[in-house]
Amino acid sequence: MEEKVEIIATDEKQEFIINMGPQHPSTHGVLRLVVSLQGEMVKSLQPHIGYIHRGIEKMCESITYPQIIHLTDRMDYLSAHQNNEAVCLLVEKALEVDISDRIKYIRTIMSELSRLQSHQLFWATFGMDLGGQTCYFYGLRDREMILDIFEETTGGRMLVSYNCPGGVMYDLHPDFQKKVKDYIKYFRKKLPEYDAILTGNVIFRERTTGIGTLSLQDAISFGITGPSARASGLSCDIRKHEPYSAYDRVKFNEVLFTEGDTCARYLARVEEMRESLNIIEQLIDNIPEGPYAVKMKPVIKLPEGDYFQRVETARGELGVYVISDGNKNPFRMKFRSPNFVNLGVLNHLAKGFKIADLIAISGSLDLIIPDIDR
Amino acid sequence: MRFDFIASYVSAFTGPWWKIFYDFSILTGAVDEWLKGSVSPFWTTVIEMVVVGVVFLLFYAVVGLFLVYAERKVCAFIQNRLGPNRIGPFGIFQTIADLVKLLFKEIIPIKNADSLLFNIAPYIVIIVNFMALAAIPYAKGLHAIDFNIGIFYILAVSSMSVVGVLLAGWSSNSKYSLIGAMRSGAQIVSYELSIGLALITIVILSGTMQLSEIVEAQRTGWFIFKGHIPAVIAFVIYVISSTAEINRGPFDMAEAESELTAGYHTEYSGIKFAFFYLAEYINMFIVASIAATMFLGGWMPFHIGNLEGFNMVMDFIPPFIWYIGKTFVIIWIIMLFKWTFPRLRIDQLLTLEWKYLLPINLVNVLIMAFLVLKGWHF
Repeated sequence: MEEKVEIIATDEKQEFIINMGPQHPSTHGVLRLVVSLQGEMVKSLQPHIGYIHRGIEKMCESITYPQIIHLTDRMDYLSAHQNNEAVCLLVEKALEVDISDRIKYIRTIMSELSRLQSHQLFWATFGMDLGGQTCYFYGLRDREMILDIFEETTGGRMLVSYNCPGGVMYDLHPDFQKKVKDYIKYFRKKLPEYDAILTGNVIFRERTTGIGTLSLQDAISFGITGPSARASGLSCDIRKHEPYSAYDRVKFNEVLFTEGDTCARYLARVEEMRESLNIIEQLIDNIPEGPYAVKMKPVIKLPEGDYFQRVETARGELGVYVISDGNKNPFRMKFRSPNFVNLGVLNHLAKGFKIADLIAISGSLDLIIPDIDR
Repeated sequence: MRFDFIASYVSAFTGPWWKIFYDFSILTGAVDEWLKGSVSPFWTTVIEMVVVGVVFLLFYAVVGLFLVYAERKVCAFIQNRLGPNRIGPFGIFQTIADLVKLLFKEIIPIKNADSLLFNIAPYIVIIVNFMALAAIPYAKGLHAIDFNIGIFYILAVSSMSVVGVLLAGWSSNSKYSLIGAMRSGAQIVSYELSIGLALITIVILSGTMQLSEIVEAQRTGWFIFKGHIPAVIAFVIYVISSTAEINRGPFDMAEAESELTAGYHTEYSGIKFAFFYLAEYINMFIVASIAATMFLGGWMPFHIGNLEGFNMVMDFIPPFIWYIGKTFVIIWIIMLFKWTFPRLRIDQLLTLEWKYLLPINLVNVLIMAFLVLKGWHF
């Protein structure tokens, strides 16, 4: 690795090569960006990934479907619930299991809560990337309370592993509904605080408006999904286009912006927090009675064939593709992770901007490195 | 009791001992007389210099450690945290514990670093700090060097700290440090202009550059009140550009930790890192002191026209308390900046200086000159 960098540096181009990461405060993990600079200007950058590669897809081939769920937690650890849900939905689709409404409602609420805490962490770290360190503590303060709600019902805070094929692991905690309703009331009061400290700040607007603009055309051709794509005006919300769980029973807006710059990507996520609150509010009072899990066979075997299921995680579209040969473990498994695809656009966006903008852009793409490397 | 001895000694010359809180020159004069009577003039000078040096060393350490603690408490207050609260009551000894830890840490030699410059850089920053500290009037008579170009001298020495920063960035053979140092160079050189012009506005008003006379001229009213709107504008510009000058957020381009890890002092460890760290806080103290001296009357109490009773109550508060109070109000404002605003980008920072602050400042100086010429100030 080091020798390669040397060669680039002694090239006739004489660029200033800087190694950002794998240990750098703003790459949020072990992403390594080899950035070539001209003064402060980014000429090009090359992401080097794989520092936290665990071979999850290969490991999946040797374990059973209920076990796979626990591995998916470790991919995008902030959308752990949605990752679980994707695998469960796929298994249920393949086996044609009918699950009760209660399960659907619980899954939807949980997945929106997990989207909420993910966007809160995004808000916190994005503020910190731009130098506003107070944001970090505001974001984490509110996120901790969601994690407490998770802990009470699922036993886990971040890596919940709450889903299982055919339902969820345990029934909701008796306090769940009350706590969630209290939280919604609390967080609606806190959201204006978020806007006051970051969204409305002149320096913040100056730093983000017009920086790293992603056109609709580029968003489509790079395959960007999630809030990052919706900020460019690409309607790609799986919750709307291919509703799963209880998303077809709730009214919510797909947050769309047309600017496509860093500010729009940020605003899209803040707006999504509001939409998530709306969705939870519609569902939390109407959770129907019924079993929290359908009884499944002790050994789950998928019929021969290939299956695909996609869900909307906090960062975009997660696709799960399984080829089954009829055994209790998949023959091949492939995750189409949103972060890996979103990372691809970084060079395109950051070219011609300053180092500080590169940090803002990569922050606004909200990359989770374990999801990239898997 | 040693203090009683000094008190009785002083009162033998001048009266009640507590007067020294209101005019420190009584004590210093008495000590000077006593030394002159005891040893030769040469040794008097040597002893006085050593005493002043030791006092400044102690003052430097105490202020630095206190400001680090204060910053941690202030940022904890803003961020809904408690801050340090384990070591000593309210955690006041936390920074001392940190300093002891830093003293014992290994100083890591950097491969291919220019070791001479690398080792000198922290000391340059520290020495420059001391030179600036010496010229600040802390209270009546509590003033180490007081000469006719005091404010000019402070400006000159405090702008030398950029040399230390540039050397640190250049010599540590790290790309992050180099970028940090270059940014810092551009930043400090630019904002030096704004600081200079903002202070010139006040120099025009007071008609002198000697700090003791500037403070004395504010006996009838602080310059921020005396100088109409131009003085207020100059004050605001001074606070903004001095925040930039000392590399603090939202202008902490040189050590933008989310971009350059720690900027110019990335490669430093142990006590040398602590020197940079302390120097940053002492710099903050120095600029706050200058703001207090030039705009808010230094150690001069707050007086309102002919309200004799009120003025007497204000006079009762010792000058040193006034000085510390004003300085810490400014430090509090500077700390609030850092913990509420996101960081600017380097080009926005320079735009702010060259396109906005500098033209405003130039016009401001003209207006002030006109006001003084016509005698329209209070």
